[in-house]
Amino acid sequence: MLAYILRRLLYALPILIGVNVITFALFFVVNTPDDMARMQLGVKRVTPEAIAAWKAERGYDKPLFVNTEASGTGLVTDTIFFTQSARMFVGDFGRAEDGRDISREITTRMGPSLAIALPTFVLGLMVTISLALLLAFFRASYLDFWGVVACVALMSISGLFYIIGGQFLISKLWKLVPISGYGGGLDAWKFLLLPVLIGVVSGIGSSTRWYRTIFLEEIGKDYVRTARAKGLAETVILFRHVLRNALIPILTGVVAVIPLLFMGSLLTESFFGVPGLGSYTIDAINAQDFAVVRAMVFIGSALYIVGLLFTDLSYALVDPRIRFDR
Amino acid sequence: MNGQFVLLWSDALIWLIAIAALVLGLVSARQPQLAAAWRRVGRSRPGMAAATVLLAFVVVGLADSLHYRPLLAPAAGSSAPVYAVETLSLLDAIAEPLRSRNEKTYSAPLATRAFAKETSEVRDADGSLRQVRDFPRLRFGGAHLGADEDAREADVGARVGKSLALGLAGWAALLVLVTLWLARSEALTVAESSRRIRCGETFFAWNSVLATLGLIVLVAAPLFALCGDYHVFGTDKVGQDVFYQVLKSVRTALVIGLVTTLTTLPLAIFFGLTAGYFRGWVDDLIQYLYTTLNSIPGVLLIAAAVLMMQVLIDTHPEWFATAAERADIRLLALCFILGMTSWTGLCRVLRGETLKLRELEFVQAAQSFGVADLRIIARHILPNVMHIVVIALVMDFSSLVLAEAVLSYVGIGVDPTMISFGTMINNTRLELAREPVVWWSLAAAFTFMFALVLAANLLADAVRDAFDARLAGSS
Repeated sequence: MLAYILRRLLYALPILIGVNVITFALFFVVNTPDDMARMQLGVKRVTPEAIAAWKAERGYDKPLFVNTEASGTGLVTDTIFFTQSARMFVGDFGRAEDGRDISREITTRMGPSLAIALPTFVLGLMVTISLALLLAFFRASYLDFWGVVACVALMSISGLFYIIGGQFLISKLWKLVPISGYGGGLDAWKFLLLPVLIGVVSGIGSSTRWYRTIFLEEIGKDYVRTARAKGLAETVILFRHVLRNALIPILTGVVAVIPLLFMGSLLTESFFGVPGLGSYTIDAINAQDFAVVRAMVFIGSALYIVGLLFTDLSYALVDPRIRFDR
Repeated sequence: MNGQFVLLWSDALIWLIAIAALVLGLVSARQPQLAAAWRRVGRSRPGMAAATVLLAFVVVGLADSLHYRPLLAPAAGSSAPVYAVETLSLLDAIAEPLRSRNEKTYSAPLATRAFAKETSEVRDADGSLRQVRDFPRLRFGGAHLGADEDAREADVGARVGKSLALGLAGWAALLVLVTLWLARSEALTVAESSRRIRCGETFFAWNSVLATLGLIVLVAAPLFALCGDYHVFGTDKVGQDVFYQVLKSVRTALVIGLVTTLTTLPLAIFFGLTAGYFRGWVDDLIQYLYTTLNSIPGVLLIAAAVLMMQVLIDTHPEWFATAAERADIRLLALCFILGMTSWTGLCRVLRGETLKLRELEFVQAAQSFGVADLRIIARHILPNVMHIVVIALVMDFSSLVLAEAVLSYVGIGVDPTMISFGTMINNTRLELAREPVVWWSLAAAFTFMFALVLAANLLADAVRDAFDARLAGSS
């Protein structure tokens, strides 16, 4: 098992390198560092000296891939690509445009992101599984039909509407919780309530429909018929047999998302003014802060790969037939 | 409508897709399996209702995809025609009053007066000037009423009533036509054919199509009757008619939803089929490629690519003759970027299916006859994965339309000058904090986007049910 995990982590290395090459190509080859310097400095302050200083400050004044002036290993290491990419693997992301250390910023902003993403994820899973089970229990009835119609309708509503509508209704008209903001300590729940609620509601449509089909697929299997033939009550069949077996595909499908919870949600965080990683990313995009966007891309892909690993491991945990010695 | 015809890139692609859809229809009609699947779609009542709504949107979108530069009045002494810099579309020409009748700023739906109070000078009867603070009269909204603003309700009521009567008469005529046509083609009595349509016993879901058309008439007829002299959905911050913005947004949404799949399909089909068919190192390489692309969080990859494109466009202003052209290229680049990030899912599915198909007898037989690999892929594998492609095509559409709104909010969507649901929402979302609330822009954008996406989702479900062999066999 340990050997398997190690091998999978080794597989991840070329993928991370690939991600690095892609983002590097996007950020430095399509546009030269000169273009970026002009963007950042603004029209007024563009002078050749200012551009050169801007580039030197960030280490962008080196050649892109091959440094013909250096000798030995310096040929490839003393380049923008190497210096910008290699340090990411050890968790050093450099500095943002405002001079702050990106790694530090990320560790402090992870907390608020998780405080919203984790409850949303857990509550959402519980609510949607319960609803899907309800629809599956009343399958082929009016409740089921209109439930599915409601799911499709909920799916078709823009995520922006949930947030804007929720803020307007609950915070502005009913004045139940503050519209936005974030606080630490015991008062935090006031700020968390609305984003979590909206996050859960906006996910209901697609997940419930998806889980319902999984349940229905499971209900059609032979062992369920056997259980019915034994004379088990429908509720017992549903909760003891179907729910447990259907949880396997649901959970294995869901674990891939868990690492990405650290990234936070772009929309929710920026609408609610939560100082998490999602709003950090949005601010960086709006301020065209390339260093931060690149760091977030790198972290996001690393977490995605961890998620893939989780999926594989969870398959093996729930299904003893899968072995790691392939 | 005199003017110089202009073909924007996105226009060309939209019409290309429209023609491709027609060709696909003709090809399907000649292939029994595909024809049977489409007939199953035609029988699905929610599917056909959705298709009717989508067709209405597509008509608006296509009318907005024929662009021209209007002819200007020639300057004195010169005979050469002069064309405006501004690029208009056929829809703009039809909706000319909507486009040009701009107010100063916000006004509520059907209002005759502006939303905010303004100070104005009024001359009294004795000739002295007096400053009055009141809601100013709109320049165009309800202008035909003159000073008699109280007549507004009666006027609106009369117009709605008249248009509904006309619309429903047209609808009833269509109903009669369809009934007669069905009676003729199936050799039935008129009573029997109308009963079949009513009870849904026809081969094509006529009842849901007709019901949906009736619903569209109920909504559209009053809108068209009122939009000439009122701002039906109000006006936005710069006084532009919101109904006009909604109409223009339809095309942007369609371009994003359709052109993106156009870039997705070739990549996904080519890589998926070659990876599954050739296996070995080709498979490894392609799998590595899509795992890498997939591992970058979608929004961030799009953000990175769009940011770079912005820098590229900003540093090369000489590439674009008009602002419309620049916005158009930006829209296409966004489609291209969205396509680049979304082909991986379909590619993975196609690879898996090809892995299964290549072991089947008919492929092995072809191989043992010495048929070339490419020919096997084209003749034997591609037709057998087409149903997956069709399903993916319609499934992606709705998520892309929704994604556009989110991306425009994040600031990496379409050009800010281009009207889209996303920019409409983004421009007015802060106005909900005002007292009284400016709700109409948001409400109109969300409602029409909801209608479009819901219709796309319902059609996608119908198409999936009809084309998925597993489901089709069971029902």
